[in-house]
Amino acid sequence: MLDFILRRLSQSILVLAVMSLLVFISVYAIGNPIDMLLSPDADQLERARTIAAFGLDKPLWQQYFIFIQQALSGDLGRSFSFGTPALGLILERLPATLELAICAIVIAIALGIPLGLWAGLRPNSWSGKSIMAVSILGFSLPTFWVGLMLIMVFAVQLGWLPSGGRGETTLLFGVPVSFLTLDGLQHLLLPAFNLALFNIALVIRLTRAGAQEALLQDYVKFARAKGLRNGRIIGVHVLKNILIPIVTVIALQFGSIIAFAIVTESVFAWPGMGKLIIDSIRVLDRPVIVAYLMLIVVLFIFINLVVDVVYSILDPRVRLSDAKG
Amino acid sequence: MFGFKRKNLSALALVGALACSASLMTHSALAADLKIGLSADVSSLDPHYLNIAPNVAFSAHIFDALLNVDANGKLVPGLATSWRAVDGTTWEFKLRRGVKFHDGSDFTADDVIFSMDRPAKLTNSPGPFTAYTKQIVAKKIVDPYTVRLTTAAPYGPLTLDVSAVFIVSKKAADKAGTDDFNSGKALIGTGPYKFISFKRGDRIEVARNDQYWGGKSDWDKVTFRIITNSAPRLAALLSGDVDAIEAVPTADLSRLKNNAKFSFAQKISWRTIFWELDQSAGPARYVTDKAGKPLPKNPLADVRVRQAISKAINRQALVERTMEGLAVPASNIVSPGIFGYNDALKVEAYDPEGAKNLLAQAGYPNGFTLTIHGPNDRYINDEQVVQTVAQFLNRIGIQTKVETLPLSVYFSKARTGEFSMSLLGWGTLAGDFGLRTLVGTPNAESGWGSWNWGKYSNPAVDKLIAASLSSVDQNKREVFAKDAAALALRNYAVVPLHHQYATWALRKGLKYTARTDEFTFAHQFHPE
Repeated sequence: MLDFILRRLSQSILVLAVMSLLVFISVYAIGNPIDMLLSPDADQLERARTIAAFGLDKPLWQQYFIFIQQALSGDLGRSFSFGTPALGLILERLPATLELAICAIVIAIALGIPLGLWAGLRPNSWSGKSIMAVSILGFSLPTFWVGLMLIMVFAVQLGWLPSGGRGETTLLFGVPVSFLTLDGLQHLLLPAFNLALFNIALVIRLTRAGAQEALLQDYVKFARAKGLRNGRIIGVHVLKNILIPIVTVIALQFGSIIAFAIVTESVFAWPGMGKLIIDSIRVLDRPVIVAYLMLIVVLFIFINLVVDVVYSILDPRVRLSDAKG
Repeated sequence: MFGFKRKNLSALALVGALACSASLMTHSALAADLKIGLSADVSSLDPHYLNIAPNVAFSAHIFDALLNVDANGKLVPGLATSWRAVDGTTWEFKLRRGVKFHDGSDFTADDVIFSMDRPAKLTNSPGPFTAYTKQIVAKKIVDPYTVRLTTAAPYGPLTLDVSAVFIVSKKAADKAGTDDFNSGKALIGTGPYKFISFKRGDRIEVARNDQYWGGKSDWDKVTFRIITNSAPRLAALLSGDVDAIEAVPTADLSRLKNNAKFSFAQKISWRTIFWELDQSAGPARYVTDKAGKPLPKNPLADVRVRQAISKAINRQALVERTMEGLAVPASNIVSPGIFGYNDALKVEAYDPEGAKNLLAQAGYPNGFTLTIHGPNDRYINDEQVVQTVAQFLNRIGIQTKVETLPLSVYFSKARTGEFSMSLLGWGTLAGDFGLRTLVGTPNAESGWGSWNWGKYSNPAVDKLIAASLSSVDQNKREVFAKDAAALALRNYAVVPLHHQYATWALRKGLKYTARTDEFTFAHQFHPE
């Protein structure tokens, strides 16, 4: 297991290097960040001076080289528009996005698996069919629109929940979290649900397919013949065996929820990383873009690693090996 | 038993009375809080770090400048009670006495000198305030409440430059960096509010400064919620999460106007939207003949063609339809009421026949093909404005294609001068500043024409602009500025389109003194 993990880590360093190079080249190709931020009253001399001060007049390969040098010592540069270290900015916003993502995953699992099991166990009933129909909506409705509708219904018309922003935060192990206060939970509910919608639909369909397949297996017939309760058959035997595809999908979705919660964060004015990245792209704040994308790469690699390890625990038939296994 | 009941009853009555009065007290205390929804992110709390509108608007709550700007764009006394030009290059400012910083220390001339020096020290800023301090070559403290600033050459707009530099406390900010300002440690000013907390991207909280020299504001605590997306910002107002928002989305304005629970404030903004036209002589990249072959001469270099383009645009229709009534047709580069606005210049009348005649006179009876460029995420309805103008040009025979780009790409490309006709919005409080930057002959050393993408060059206009900038007498300066504007615009250096409206929506019971500079100031909100 150890050399598997080490091999994965070395592959990831290669991916990180390629990613940073791609971002550098693409931001360079779009335009000059200075034009976005320079004071309109600044003249040509001022512009030239500022460009030189940020090292943006040097050739691209030289800028990249300086960046790598600094990155190796842990400094991913200072944001152009905020003036604070880029990595610090992202880590400051990370708890908010993580909180949202974890809440969304919890909602997706808590709603998706029971509904999917129900639909799988009673596929021809009225309730089973309507669950599947509703899950199609979850796939097809655009997140932006659903978010706005949720705000209109629950915040504007009914006034039950706030229309956006993050609630009161308390410190948990030094990290500000908002789910420990009632105000925080109220603010968290709508954006987390909005983010979870697609995943609820996904989990419902996966669980239903898996349940239908598992019910036809021999071990289920054997368990029934032995006289086990229905609840135990489904809750223990069927569920454990259909969890593998669900775990894979949820893990991959977790990564993409964290990385791309941009739409939900914009609609609900949630101060997370997604909003930071879209604003940084708009002003070509290169240090933040590079730092963010590298962090996301690390995150995805970590999640994939964890999924592979959990696989081997869940399913004894799986051996940990690369490429051939 | 009787006695017990009576004692109980009186105890209950007492508790009831106390509860009533307590709730009345808390009600009046709560009523003095204000929540505002902002439309752009405040990137830094350091007042000298980055010159972008959201940062400047917020800094004005914590800090003052020597001169402040009123709602109409005019300069009014701030931390300086009076000022005068001693001679051509020296200005004297008399400072307000008895002003205290938020930490209790006194405001003196030392703080002014420190604040004027500070922008040049912030070398890591991409948009510093040095544009406003570099004209000052010497500063002198005459006494603790009098400061003299000296410029290299006679410089008329010095007071405008000075109004853009916020005064920080030398004691608090002497060794402080930008991070200390963002954390609040060095955020000590003389302004109407004191800093409480800052959650980047989410909200900023400030509390009233009861010792403010300009009088106590109406609000105990102000919370700025940052909601950059317009639909959620409107939803926050409708659901009561905020009391007021800025930059109301144009499509929802009519709905709000009909809603009795909300009221409105609007004012002509300083931002003028206009077209820059490439006026270099040789073949232009985005202008071709009807068959697609490049033309030997650039048609836009001919003033008749530029005039034809201006006549072809029906500004009234543009304002009513594309801008949904939230704009005013423009005849000047600066907005009405701004220093240097020339009343004699009238909005170009819509005259498509006259435009076609002019094109024929210039040698293009069948028109030509043109591609026009604009941003699509910067100004109100900018993409639609570009498309509308393209339609107008098509009607006079100029076959027009439209290309809109995100701002990050647009500015970089436009600066290189490759576009033939490109949209730009400009806001300034002084006509001569605007003219120098937009129509002054580009000169890297002097800093003129830094946004003159079309490379318009007219020595007569340059002379008038220079005369205006070097006039310390403000009346003479305004005359020169107006003349320069008249000469440049009659020559169609640029084609003005419209002035935008700045809009605010408030819940019933509030009113706002709308501002030309589009800033949202909490101290300008008042209960009705």
